[in-house]
Amino acid sequence: MLSRRIIPCLDVRDGQVVKGVRFRDHVVMGEIVDLALRYRDEGADELVFYDITASPEGRSVDRTWVERVARVIDIPFCVAGGIRSVDEARAVLHAGADKISVNSPALERPELIDELAGAFGVQCVVVGIDSLRDADGQWRVRQYTGDPDKTQALARGTLDWMVEVQRRGAGEIVLNCMGSDGVRQGYDLEQLRAARAVCHVPLIASGGAGAPEHFRDAFQDADVDGALAASVFHSGAIAIPELKRYLAREDVAVRL
Amino acid sequence: MAVVLVDAGGTNIGSVRYALQRLGVEAALTADPEAIRGADKVILPGVGAAGPGMARLRELGLVELMRSLTQPVLGVCLGMQLLCAHSEEGDTDCLGVIDAPVRRFHEAPGLRVPHMGWNALAPVRPHPLLDGLAAGEQAYFVHSYAVPVGDYTLATSDFGGPFSAVIARGNFHGMQFHPERSAGVGARLLMNFLSL
Repeated sequence: MLSRRIIPCLDVRDGQVVKGVRFRDHVVMGEIVDLALRYRDEGADELVFYDITASPEGRSVDRTWVERVARVIDIPFCVAGGIRSVDEARAVLHAGADKISVNSPALERPELIDELAGAFGVQCVVVGIDSLRDADGQWRVRQYTGDPDKTQALARGTLDWMVEVQRRGAGEIVLNCMGSDGVRQGYDLEQLRAARAVCHVPLIASGGAGAPEHFRDAFQDADVDGALAASVFHSGAIAIPELKRYLAREDVAVRL
Repeated sequence: MAVVLVDAGGTNIGSVRYALQRLGVEAALTADPEAIRGADKVILPGVGAAGPGMARLRELGLVELMRSLTQPVLGVCLGMQLLCAHSEEGDTDCLGVIDAPVRRFHEAPGLRVPHMGWNALAPVRPHPLLDGLAAGEQAYFVHSYAVPVGDYTLATSDFGGPFSAVIARGNFHGMQFHPERSAGVGARLLMNFLSL
């Protein structure tokens, strides 16, 4: 039986792992390879590196760290952030990443998803979606969420966008439910269930994990394939080995 | 020991190479027929689709060479499927050194294609390639096509029913999962291959 995946997400800026208190106040947490190895040893099933390095005018981001990670890490990893073209994706994949994840650039130009799937196969192409419920009760997509000053609410409905990205070649979808992100009150199960109903590729829950029960609920109530979290792992509030043993006791299929 | 990685495209070649380095083996990445013929071990990695994969082997003039190899050969993921007879993916005739078909997974409730993630391995017959592998140990899979269970199957995994996770016929071997991304289990199986 396929195991449910536990996926720590690490923010990377200029080749180091940082913790964003606010968008501009990042604290360096450590060397990327050291932290990647720590999570690997603790039993993470996969890692996501969210590259928040600002791209200088007309230059591509320095991603030599991807190769350093690929040399030492023997679990799959995905690189997200700032990938806007097939060429940029190719550089990241050839450096050793298993998957690339696109979010805002896919909203700017949805054909990017088709191009990436055509070039590398759907199994390499993850689409990240930031979603928030509006006052009228509808979930809609947000763009440029890396910077609160630039974040835009789009007219695009979250579930419609999920259907479209699958049609275009997304091999996996990470749904970040912004309403629950960072507050550790649990994943947005209602939204994840609605997403699950229209998502026929692997679905990863993101935003809201604060306790082991939240992971169980996402897997059992919303039937997601993986659960992504950042702060609860980085702070040590939840240790992955204990989390997985807990999930196994709750009859969630995990890799121990 | 000379180990070569056949450069038939695909983005996981670097990852396989690094995994071998972690085991202390420096593998040459090559499409040179003489280097491949003369190697002690030949690994055919691959991520992508069967049609382009076979087309690339034809362009490189490697189809007959690959079929004629007598040293241990390991196909990984798409590389394993290319060792088989025929793939439903693009209705592609493959190398045919292992007489097995490659069929698409069909979506079903609870079965999301691609089959992506960690799944348990179940050995079905003893083989040096599986030395030290305990039933239930997990490996990392990413694929939409699979080889059904047959007399070439060494280990199965289950995704809406059993399918071949490890296959072998003579000197040709295949792993459907990614040993280079399967933590300690993958390292052990790669080491087993290098020890054949």
